[in-house]
Amino acid sequence: MDLIESYREELQLIRKPGTRVWVGAFVLLLILLPLFAPEHVIYVVTIIAIYTIGVQGQNLLIGNTGQISFGQAGFLAIGAFTFGHLNQWGVPWPFGLIAAGIAAGLFGIVVGFPSLRLKGPYLAIATMGFGIAVYQVFVNSETLSGGRMGLSVHKMQPLFGLSAINFNYYFNFAIALVFTLLTYNIISSYMGRAFIAIRDNDIAAEVIGVNLTRYKLLSFAISSFYTGIQGGLYGLFMGYLEPNMFTFMESINLFVAVIIGGLASVEGSIMGAAFVILVPQVFNAYKELVPVVYGVTILLVLIFEPMGLYGRWFKLRLYFRNWPFR
Amino acid sequence: MSQFLQYFISGLSTGSIYALVALGLALIYRSTRILNFAHGDIATAGTFIAFMLLSLNFHFSLSFLLALLCGAAIAMLFYFCVLIPAQRREATQLGQIILTLGFGLILQGLISYFGGSEPQSFPFPLSDTTVYSFGGIVVSQLGLGTMGISLLACLLFFLLVQKTRIGLAMRATSENLTGAQTLGIPTRKILALSWGLAAFLGVLAGLFLAPALLLDPFFMLEPFLKGFAAAILGGLNSLPGAIVGGLILGVAESLAGGFVSIAFKNTLAFIIIILVLLVRPEGLLGEEFKERV
Repeated sequence: MDLIESYREELQLIRKPGTRVWVGAFVLLLILLPLFAPEHVIYVVTIIAIYTIGVQGQNLLIGNTGQISFGQAGFLAIGAFTFGHLNQWGVPWPFGLIAAGIAAGLFGIVVGFPSLRLKGPYLAIATMGFGIAVYQVFVNSETLSGGRMGLSVHKMQPLFGLSAINFNYYFNFAIALVFTLLTYNIISSYMGRAFIAIRDNDIAAEVIGVNLTRYKLLSFAISSFYTGIQGGLYGLFMGYLEPNMFTFMESINLFVAVIIGGLASVEGSIMGAAFVILVPQVFNAYKELVPVVYGVTILLVLIFEPMGLYGRWFKLRLYFRNWPFR
Repeated sequence: MSQFLQYFISGLSTGSIYALVALGLALIYRSTRILNFAHGDIATAGTFIAFMLLSLNFHFSLSFLLALLCGAAIAMLFYFCVLIPAQRREATQLGQIILTLGFGLILQGLISYFGGSEPQSFPFPLSDTTVYSFGGIVVSQLGLGTMGISLLACLLFFLLVQKTRIGLAMRATSENLTGAQTLGIPTRKILALSWGLAAFLGVLAGLFLAPALLLDPFFMLEPFLKGFAAAILGGLNSLPGAIVGGLILGVAESLAGGFVSIAFKNTLAFIIIILVLLVRPEGLLGEEFKERV
């Protein structure tokens, strides 16, 4: 529907002035949030911001490259514990965070190797096996997991005279914003197009000159880098880490966020992250029923709206743009 | 040596449970190319139904039978109410796998809501403290019963698939769906039957596992994952492979737990998955992958 006339236009993140206003207003609202929202809301939005990073990485892998992975909890754990141990040794947080991302990314490459031979369901099982194996290694090894009490992480000292919760909010929000912009740029670059070509048909992609090995591994590396960063930030925010934060259910959570949000869409990733965080908050009184809500939403989304929440939003926008014509 | 045999036998008994789970998974994968992530949850649901019936003072045989049938009914319901509408809307294969995941989550939530998430002990006619000794090797009554029932179930299942008209129709459907439809086989009913049978086997495994473990909404998660590993090891599209894979996995696990370390026992299955997929993705008895552009 949008007519794109030049490559410069294709690379632009926002093409219409109207969208610019909306996005600007949304970011401004998030920046001003601590002025009027209660602390509990800020806490939840901070967690959503942290989650957004991992879901975006996951979406690059599942939505854009079409490689299913159920092993995200493993990468999350690797990132989080790398960060936790470095933090214990007194390494400053920027290096710790980057190291967390890189450690997870390296494991991502290792897990990516089976993806060169395996497809669809088989890959899903291989990655699932990885995720659970990592969890069990952490559970069984006290040196890695920091013992029974978990690994404590030194929280950051608030700067600029902000309260701790507001400082954490701005810190995580800024990092999430940086990663969101990064994701947009990855998708609109050569790399992003190579990913999409692999998803649509990997043999055809190889025929037109996409280096399959490199880009499949790259996709795994980038997505686990994102997840590792998420793990590190989560540890920094929570102040302690224990293996039970990274069970198979955590992988499922991230996966659900991608599916419900909408495959291959950055906005969808953000909506999906918000969904998986908000549902347990809303259904706080009926904790047992949270999986039911997830499950029912998955069934409805996959049967009626395969594009996810983003697809619904997109169609709504289209409807109002064309109103009163159909 | 007797220690080795002891581990071997106890491995066979757990392995036969894995074999039952793997058989259900392989049956569904073979006929519909769907990995059933709800398999463990359906089995848990069936076991909880048996538990509720038992606490209402039903007889063992009756409540077990009802639980098995309920499990099968749940799976068929899923096939008719979710998968078929999704297929009408051209859901992809990945989409259908995710649907089973969603259904599993729903079942899991409902079980914890209605059944309670506290671990409960499951009453069972066979006890695992009464033991028999065969020349130095000790087998519990429960282990013996598990092995016997799984062997019987596998045998009956084999006869059903290989020797009856229904089995022929099932094999034809999994071989070539359109071809089977052309020949007048009611493929939808046959596939629903496959789902039901798979769930039946899953619940059977759940019923024999519950007395050995404690009954809680997640008790089937690990055996289910192990069943997955077993199915992969034997080849996902091969039914005999599932049984062989299950037994090998059970024995390997028991030996690793006995001679290497207990902590390593649970990780073994997932290492096996990754190794098998790297070296021989089609499994021990599976067929080769073929792909065309």
